[in-house]
Amino acid sequence: MPDLRDLYQDVILEHSKRPRNYRTLEAANCTAEGFNPLCGDHFTIYVQVGDGQIRDISFQGSGCAISKASASMMTQAVKGKRTEEAEELFQKFHHVVTGKNGVESNELGKLAAFAGVSEYPVRVKCATLAWHALRAALQGEQHAVSTE
Amino acid sequence: MTTAANTAVRPKAAPQTAFDVYKVRADFPILARKIQGKPLVYLDNAATTQKPQAVIDAIVRYYTAENSNIHRGVHTLSELATESYERSRVTVQRFLNAADPREIIFVRGATEGINLVAQTWGRTHVGRGDEILISAMEHHSNIVPWQILCEQQGANLRVAPVNDAGELLLDEFEKLLGPKTKLVAMAHVSNALGTVNPVRKIAEAARRFNARVLLDGAQAAPHMSLDVRAIDCDFYVFSGHKVYAPTGIGILYGKEELLEAMPPYQGGGDMISSVTFEKTLYNRLPYKFEAGTPHISGAIGLGAAIEYLNSIGIERIARHEKQVLAYGTKRLLEIPGLRLIGTAREKEGILSFVLEGIHPHDVGTVLDQGGIAIRTGHHCAQPLMERFGVPATARASLALYNTMEEMDALASGLQKVREVFA
Repeated sequence: MPDLRDLYQDVILEHSKRPRNYRTLEAANCTAEGFNPLCGDHFTIYVQVGDGQIRDISFQGSGCAISKASASMMTQAVKGKRTEEAEELFQKFHHVVTGKNGVESNELGKLAAFAGVSEYPVRVKCATLAWHALRAALQGEQHAVSTE
Repeated sequence: MTTAANTAVRPKAAPQTAFDVYKVRADFPILARKIQGKPLVYLDNAATTQKPQAVIDAIVRYYTAENSNIHRGVHTLSELATESYERSRVTVQRFLNAADPREIIFVRGATEGINLVAQTWGRTHVGRGDEILISAMEHHSNIVPWQILCEQQGANLRVAPVNDAGELLLDEFEKLLGPKTKLVAMAHVSNALGTVNPVRKIAEAARRFNARVLLDGAQAAPHMSLDVRAIDCDFYVFSGHKVYAPTGIGILYGKEELLEAMPPYQGGGDMISSVTFEKTLYNRLPYKFEAGTPHISGAIGLGAAIEYLNSIGIERIARHEKQVLAYGTKRLLEIPGLRLIGTAREKEGILSFVLEGIHPHDVGTVLDQGGIAIRTGHHCAQPLMERFGVPATARASLALYNTMEEMDALASGLQKVREVFA
């Protein structure tokens, strides 16, 4: 039986209560919305990209503890990274939250805290919502992305 | 007259005996199972109810001993299946106190019933500039079919507002009625708030403008005795799976003269009386609206579910559920930071709430760890959520088998939620 503390790790609870980079970004040149119609989670991701590098990133919106903490920790993890590195990190993160083998949790740093999500399949979309929105922002998608 | 004689004539169903919830629980096999190692506390009944053994047995019996297509064969099995299917129709007719079994149409669920009315009655009676009046507390299934119809016909959708308790503002509703109003479509009981709407007054007001009335009874049918003739509505829909019957079966009631005049919904077998390539004559009611082989076992299961409710007595069920609701409301209001959404004076067993600073989705996950099943989300009523300024709520919804102890379990579960997110 999965333990609640595996899902709601301290670092996740802490980020959900005090999200980092939680603001709009004037200098953003890529933005996208992530929307989960089933639970009403809704985030906007703001990214400032220059020379293929994520110079700055922020987000705003509302959602559950998992989706909010994931957005917060994602902004910290990808800030300063090249866009293809961010994409690679998303793929590793996705592997971990869906319980697939082949990714060592030390490759993810703090994001490894989300490994417990794999025990709660319905929450995977919460953990990946911000990441889908980031990918959409970087690819210049026009429409809000949805994890439903 | 002797005492013995009196005893002999007393009805065996004995509605005067007390409602024994533990005895009722024993009729529902799923309630014995454990979730996450804990006894299941099932509080998601507004989404779907559990099924009593009597319903499961009726379905098994049909497939074991009667399985056959209806209204076709001359053989014994087909006759048996037809008889069972039509007996269910009569059971439903009595359940709604409809005048005639021909007014009872088997559909997939409340949603299909509403769509049927929109696309048959609606397309022949609603024209450019006409209005359809709904309320702010409707389920998406009583919004979207009318939006589609309005778009097709150039008609307009009007919405009657609700107050902060989640009650329909009757004055505002009446102001929105007018000569252009062709139909009033409203929930009998709100799925997200539990509000019971004053359906007789609504129908009476609509009648003054010759508007027709459709009631969405999905959340009313499991909880109260119904009388479509006393309400004097034109259409009434409900879903089987919310009254302890299987999914995929539901009911559209319509007044006979309206159903007679309506064009068919779908074409196919069983809904015709004769077909040539030049012209098809449609079958009589109710078969005109039942094209194709229907959900026979579902209809039989629905009949068994209603008979099960009748054997307990819907009034006694209602009384029990009211007691559990009152106790649950009291327990929930003791929890700091909890806000009930939907506090109507007339209310059925729905406890919709938000916990300050904690997203409903997280509430649901933590409760599930304690074996407690609730619904979290917008409950297919996004405009209503917007009205109350919340993206979503957590919703505990009651059925006849819920107990006071389960309300205690919910309250302790919510305390645990607060600890996790403290």
